[in-house]
Amino acid sequence: MLDATIHKKLRDFSLDATIHAGPGEIVVLMGENGAGKSTILNSISGLISPDTGSIGLDGSVLFDSGTGVDVPVEHRRIGYVFQNSVVFPHLTVRDNIAFGLRAMHKPSAFVKERTGHWMHAIDIEELADVRAGNLSGGQKQRVALARALATEPALLMLDEPFTALDADNIRLVKELARTFVTEMAIPCLIVTHRIIDCRDVGDRVCVICQGKKEWEGKPENIPGCTCRSDGQ
Amino acid sequence: MNSSPIFSDKIKRTITCIGAAVLVASVTLYLALPVVALFFRTTPELFFSSLSNPDVISALFLSLFTATVSLGVVILVGTPFAYVHCRNNYPGKVIVDTLIDLPLVLPPAVAGLALLVLWGRVGILGQYLSLFGISIAFTTLAVIMAQIFVASPFYVRQAKSLFEQLDPAYEQTARTLGASPLRIFALITLPLTANGLISGAVMTFGRALGEFGATIMFAGNLPGVTQTMPLAVYVGMEGNFTVGLTISILLVIISFAIMIAVRLLAHREASHA
Repeated sequence: MLDATIHKKLRDFSLDATIHAGPGEIVVLMGENGAGKSTILNSISGLISPDTGSIGLDGSVLFDSGTGVDVPVEHRRIGYVFQNSVVFPHLTVRDNIAFGLRAMHKPSAFVKERTGHWMHAIDIEELADVRAGNLSGGQKQRVALARALATEPALLMLDEPFTALDADNIRLVKELARTFVTEMAIPCLIVTHRIIDCRDVGDRVCVICQGKKEWEGKPENIPGCTCRSDGQ
Repeated sequence: MNSSPIFSDKIKRTITCIGAAVLVASVTLYLALPVVALFFRTTPELFFSSLSNPDVISALFLSLFTATVSLGVVILVGTPFAYVHCRNNYPGKVIVDTLIDLPLVLPPAVAGLALLVLWGRVGILGQYLSLFGISIAFTTLAVIMAQIFVASPFYVRQAKSLFEQLDPAYEQTARTLGASPLRIFALITLPLTANGLISGAVMTFGRALGEFGATIMFAGNLPGVTQTMPLAVYVGMEGNFTVGLTISILLVIISFAIMIAVRLLAHREASHA
């Protein structure tokens, strides 16, 4: 369960958003480029600090400007897949997926078992020893997804996960995201600027415009043009 | 009537081609001829026989030793320094940025004199060290300090720009996966910048090996102690010319090896991207 209230002064406007997401629920943040969607994800992950607000995840407080709590990024247990699927290009697929588990000093037998499990889950076992820099866009996105989920995060966040992918891979990544979020019963935030993505994968949609939540509701009820967006 | 403009076009093109060829040839010859002349001035027999000259051997080993130590210090201190410098904003950062580049524009003789004024026996700091019987100037340590001063910008500048250009998303992703800063630096930042860092290191080694002005001012010219290869070349001018020539040829060979190494690394880096 995610409860986040974020206020932050940006260059052109101020961000004022309250985001909730329940277990197994996919909330889509939609809006134009520069509307503040990525700033919301970066604030929740701890990469930047809101000016004021609070962020709670599964009952624990990650950030609270009132009490001064600010849990460091590396201890937030949030799986965050950046835009343009940032895999570590010099590491193999196997080492990419194992990265988080090793960083948490899990026993090597456990790391091996979990890494194998996730490579199987995203159907990339045959490329286990290939350097991630040599993968295709869709494969990179799958590896980035599995790498984030292997650490068993309490929240999954995907920033524009469908750009630069072909139609087949978009469908595949959507299916995988849906399956894992449901199975692991964790909340999930997906940032996109395309209406079609909301309808395919979202349980709930928040339309963000100039840092404010313009509209919130079921994907099928998205109003035609709340905030100008290039609905592809 | 029609053929004349075509004809004049052809002439124009030919003249341009000849002009370009002359330009390229003259630049190439200007740079290459002096180096080639070195090889013509000696014979293979003379070259190989003077290789066993004790002055040549001691200068060669002293140069390789001091340049290696200088490089080691520059890498060990320069890498974390460049990283911390890039990733943090602190007061006076612009000044530090300028100081990093200073040795590149400062005449080496001035750098040597400055080191002497600071660390020499009666220098601002050196006078206190000499109270404890510690003397830096005119020792092998002075050679290394002069080399570090003059050659470090080649590595530090390179490291700085590599760290600045690295997509922050790599390090940020690693942080969200629970990695400590040290782990991120060792497993993500360093491997992703390694080729560039190595080519910076090779350039630094080359500059340290060729260092002359600062060395002779701060460390003097004592055979076996501070007389590095470039200094021995200078001494050879007045005494044994063949020795100077042999060392020069050795330096040319090493310089070429360094350039080839940098080219290969740059190529590897380009094909990675």
